[in-house]
Amino acid sequence: MKSLDELRAIREKMQKQVGLRSEGDAGIRVVVGMATCGIASGARPVLTALSDAVQEKGLTNVTVTQTGCIGLCQYEPIVEVMEPGKDKVTYVKMTPEKALHIVDQHLIRGQVVSEYTISGIMG
Amino acid sequence: MYRSHVLVCGGTGCTSSGSAQIIETLQTELEKQGLTKEVCVVQTGCHGLCALGPIMIVYPEAAFYSMVKVSDIPEIVEEHLLKGRVVKRLLYNETVTDAGDVTSLADTEFYKHQHRIALRNCGIINPENIEEYIGTGGYEALGKVVTSMTPEEVIKVLTDSGLRGRGGGGFPTGIKWKLARSNASEQKYVCCNADEGDPGAFMDRSVLEGDPHVVLEAMAIAGYTIGANQGYIYVRAEYPIAVARLKIAIAQAREYGLLGKNIFNSGFDFDIGLRLGAGAFVCGEETALMTSIEGKRGEPRPRPPFPAQKGLFGEPTLLNNVETYANIPPILLHGAEWFASMGTEKSKGTKVFALGGKINNTGLVEIPMGTTLRQVVEDIGGGIPNGKKFKAAQTGGPSGGCIPAEHFDIPIDYDNLIEIGSMMGSGGLIVMDEDNCMVDIAKFFLQFTVDESCGKCTPCRIGTKRLYEMLDKITKGQATLEDLDKLEELCYYIKDNSLCGLGQTAPNPVLSTLRYFKDEYIAHVVDKKCPAGVCKSLLRFEIIPEKCKGCTMCARTCPAGAISGTVKHPHVIDPDKCIKCGACMEKCKFGAIIKR
Repeated sequence: MKSLDELRAIREKMQKQVGLRSEGDAGIRVVVGMATCGIASGARPVLTALSDAVQEKGLTNVTVTQTGCIGLCQYEPIVEVMEPGKDKVTYVKMTPEKALHIVDQHLIRGQVVSEYTISGIMG
Repeated sequence: MYRSHVLVCGGTGCTSSGSAQIIETLQTELEKQGLTKEVCVVQTGCHGLCALGPIMIVYPEAAFYSMVKVSDIPEIVEEHLLKGRVVKRLLYNETVTDAGDVTSLADTEFYKHQHRIALRNCGIINPENIEEYIGTGGYEALGKVVTSMTPEEVIKVLTDSGLRGRGGGGFPTGIKWKLARSNASEQKYVCCNADEGDPGAFMDRSVLEGDPHVVLEAMAIAGYTIGANQGYIYVRAEYPIAVARLKIAIAQAREYGLLGKNIFNSGFDFDIGLRLGAGAFVCGEETALMTSIEGKRGEPRPRPPFPAQKGLFGEPTLLNNVETYANIPPILLHGAEWFASMGTEKSKGTKVFALGGKINNTGLVEIPMGTTLRQVVEDIGGGIPNGKKFKAAQTGGPSGGCIPAEHFDIPIDYDNLIEIGSMMGSGGLIVMDEDNCMVDIAKFFLQFTVDESCGKCTPCRIGTKRLYEMLDKITKGQATLEDLDKLEELCYYIKDNSLCGLGQTAPNPVLSTLRYFKDEYIAHVVDKKCPAGVCKSLLRFEIIPEKCKGCTMCARTCPAGAISGTVKHPHVIDPDKCIKCGACMEKCKFGAIIKR
């Protein structure tokens, strides 16, 4: 170890991982429906894409978790974004590509991608 | 990248309750479900709640599974890790509300009163991965110190913080470092006392097992401050997990250039060697410890000269305990004021205690100085099992004393404990209830010091043996009141004349029980009775004829054949044959057998 910068580079890289191990604070929660219906329609790659992107981009205020069936099986894979003080946003018929788009637009820039939301799809 | 982390405790407590098999099963199940790239399994150090081990925490939900069994793993993997449904049935019951909601672990009685500084990483990071330690801010204090602080500045921060030695004596750490720095020499040494030997104490063990790098970092800081480039950790060989993780940690620190030559390009060199002790209690005494590192028989020598003047290999040496070191990097990162804002006037910061004995939540707790004993026992410890009454708490192990119920509300700090005849010690805290005989407790600790006395000086070698014999006489009901006076006199003689701390403190368990529980001693001597019903020689088991139904259960249970009688008629115990094991009393369904 020759400099503090070198140490800090390791720290930042690791913080993205170890940071997961703190108790849920008031950050953004991204929930992927992982019941049988969700898994069958491809929720697994969506979940992986989301958690990879969140950690790669160092979004320490975002946690990605799963949940069970919320009853809209025909719209799976479903991803819900919950932010304290704001209405819940429900994205439906997700793919890994769409998920990455949501990370860029919604989680980083704070803009809801309305064409993917349930109200957007149902018109 | 992993979306979920499963932390499984790999401390000694949970390892002995089977956490290694749990990790193995977890990995097989994760593979079966194809989750190995999404979920990572981390073996951590101790979480503290050893009574509920093996412990497993799943993040990001922070779901706290307790007493996990191998057979629970497939369900946890499928339900929780695959489908995202926390298995509430297996959670620690305090984290689930009556309505079935999962609450935060930090809100449970056990954790809510704690404040973790020395244990901050224990149970959170993987102790075998240096990068995880760096990820929580590790080695930053070392970097800051060697690149931007003078040794005098480091000493000032430590002095202002009010940190005192956590090994027992409570000597101010800043002054100790200053003394070691002020003695000029070509060669100096930094040592770490990890020879934790008090019965029931496992604080240092848990720090070494859960966060070994913090000790290495603090020792390197100490080396820079006092002008030493070689350190030694003296750890007992009976701590195999701690030894293994220290070895890994030292190798990784060398690999990352955090030990070795020219650390942080500052021109400062420092390396650490590991020395294993064979488990002699006396080697926890500083002069004996250094003699042992030198490769000689672990015996103490008179002080002065103190280690700061002439220590290891006759050179100025700084010696601190594991927990003291664990406090140092955070103090240097957050500042003296931060640390001094916690605790009482003369005892700053926090203290780790190993809770044991008659208490529900046995385990490891770290509390701010000044927390009352009542809070520790009733709130954090979850009270005493089976609704029994608190009688006393023993702190400081064989060198310490008892805190009786009358001092239940005393704020715990160095000076208060000494005032009431006990001591902080390294942090073992053994809780005793009404079923514990205080004379027997004193005898237990004396037996320990008799075994562990190194034999170099007479007051300790022979004195503790004679003390033990007197206590034995008392517990057998053969002593007189005159013996009690002699007992006390001998205690003071041993204290005043012993060479090292072992002998000087060995009579403390006797003196403190004499001070607070003299009535129990008198009951043994005058009435020939043991009020708690522990001392076997003074016990008698009897059958109340009116209550005995003659079921013959006791007679069949008795291993000594001491009970006789015919069916449906009251039975009788032959006191000459009775070995006082109490098996009959446990088996009797009618409560007809009493102990007196």
